[in-house]
Amino acid sequence: MTEWINVIVQGVLIGGLYAMFAAGLSLIFGIMRLVNIAHGDLIVLAAYIALVTATTLGLNPIVALVIVVPVMAALGYVLQRFLLNRTLGDDLLSPLLVTFGLSVIIQNGLLELFTADSRRLQAGAIEVATIPVIQGISIGMLPLLQFTLAVVVIAGMQFVFYRTALGRAFRATSDDPAVAQLMGLDNRHVFALGMALSLAIVAIAGVLLAVRTNFDPAIGPARLIFGFEAVIIGGLGSLWGTLCGGILLGVAQGIGAHIDPGWQMLAGHLAFLLVLAVRPEGLFPKIH
Amino acid sequence: MPEAFLDVDMLDAFYGDFQALFGVSMRVEAGAIVAVIGANGAGKSTLLKSIAGLMAARPEAIRFGGVAIGGGPAYRTTARGIALVPEGRRLFSSLSVEENLLIGGQLGRPGPWTLARVYELFPMLAERRALPSTALSGGQQQMAAIGRALMSNPKLILCDEISLGLAPIVVRDIYARLPSIMNEGVAVVIVEQDIVQALTASNHVYCLQEGRVALAGAAGALTREAISAAYFGV
Repeated sequence: MTEWINVIVQGVLIGGLYAMFAAGLSLIFGIMRLVNIAHGDLIVLAAYIALVTATTLGLNPIVALVIVVPVMAALGYVLQRFLLNRTLGDDLLSPLLVTFGLSVIIQNGLLELFTADSRRLQAGAIEVATIPVIQGISIGMLPLLQFTLAVVVIAGMQFVFYRTALGRAFRATSDDPAVAQLMGLDNRHVFALGMALSLAIVAIAGVLLAVRTNFDPAIGPARLIFGFEAVIIGGLGSLWGTLCGGILLGVAQGIGAHIDPGWQMLAGHLAFLLVLAVRPEGLFPKIH
Repeated sequence: MPEAFLDVDMLDAFYGDFQALFGVSMRVEAGAIVAVIGANGAGKSTLLKSIAGLMAARPEAIRFGGVAIGGGPAYRTTARGIALVPEGRRLFSSLSVEENLLIGGQLGRPGPWTLARVYELFPMLAERRALPSTALSGGQQQMAAIGRALMSNPKLILCDEISLGLAPIVVRDIYARLPSIMNEGVAVVIVEQDIVQALTASNHVYCLQEGRVALAGAAGALTREAISAAYFGV
């Protein structure tokens, strides 16, 4: 029994990480109908930037976030303003193709620079610290920190989106880009800010991923799939739904892995397909 | 002729290969109400969209306060003090009524219009400030759209078909509030299908026909015959 509770608790905790993969993805889709195929690779890029920062400056990776987050946000702004804005229009295909190209470039660029060797970020004592809950169940400090950060990030996004002038600009531009311009909003700037925010979240997700598990230049696409699945399970346009989607995915993967280590991915995908079959609009669709 | 407040000079406008405006010229003096009338497809909305900076145009074709502004971009035109109330209201559906007003004022242009003043002008909106904009009736949505435009404290406000799809009593109610907008020294260009409404509300009228100015003059000086001739091209 405690074994299963343990599986579920660990699944929930990793679900927070998946929700963070998903949050940035759904944010930019919501604002500018852009499907970012390079999202997973940008997560890996953030992990490598953290690796370089942590090793050259001798920082703890968690502290390195102070540098990685602004760097990724700036990259997001520039990427959107000078490249991706040009692909936006009535056709969904061109941004899709351009971000696919970007994904290839990032993967191969990282391969050239860092080789295909697996890397890992060392976060020190926090990695092995645990909190015993009851007999047989203990929660790792690191997964707990990750989950807490995920909840804080989602809550922060919710606040920005619904309580600030920036969020108002995001929603207005998403509703009607032409009329948003009449309000004095420069769409190109608003979109670039959206991508900056998305990549700031990617930076946090990338660092947390890299502390938790080994990474190499090729693992991006799988993180993209987890992100997509969490978004779809939770329902497009709902941030808390995305968190639940991530948790469901994490738990399903945990249960699968517990039955047979080879079933981890399969169980996650099955849970996703099941939700898609039963509730195609997701568990918490946005109510208009 | 001295330069007017808004000077449209030989403006052409295109949708792809289709030309919607052919050498349209128009003058709006500070504080004036100008009506633009014409049949469907005459180019009225295109004219307003061009002034607002949403259409490509020769910069010199539109001069506002002595500055060439033709061709936009629209967000800069708004910052210069021109606000458009678009046809069909086009409120932001995922924003509440109050958020729609707030976003209208997000540039922070100084002037007399504040949230409180807009609510004073349209008390109905104050009662419904927290509702989603989609929950408003057509007339209330039109008020919100006008309020949203006022929030940018414009020097010139462009109203596109504000009576479209509204009950006559609601239209009268909205037009009855025009003077309190005018009192702040704002110039207004209204596009109307309803000729009588347009003539009574305005000082000056332009009639468009197939993208050209067919008739222009002081509202009181135009005869019914001249207007119908210009309107229908008969």
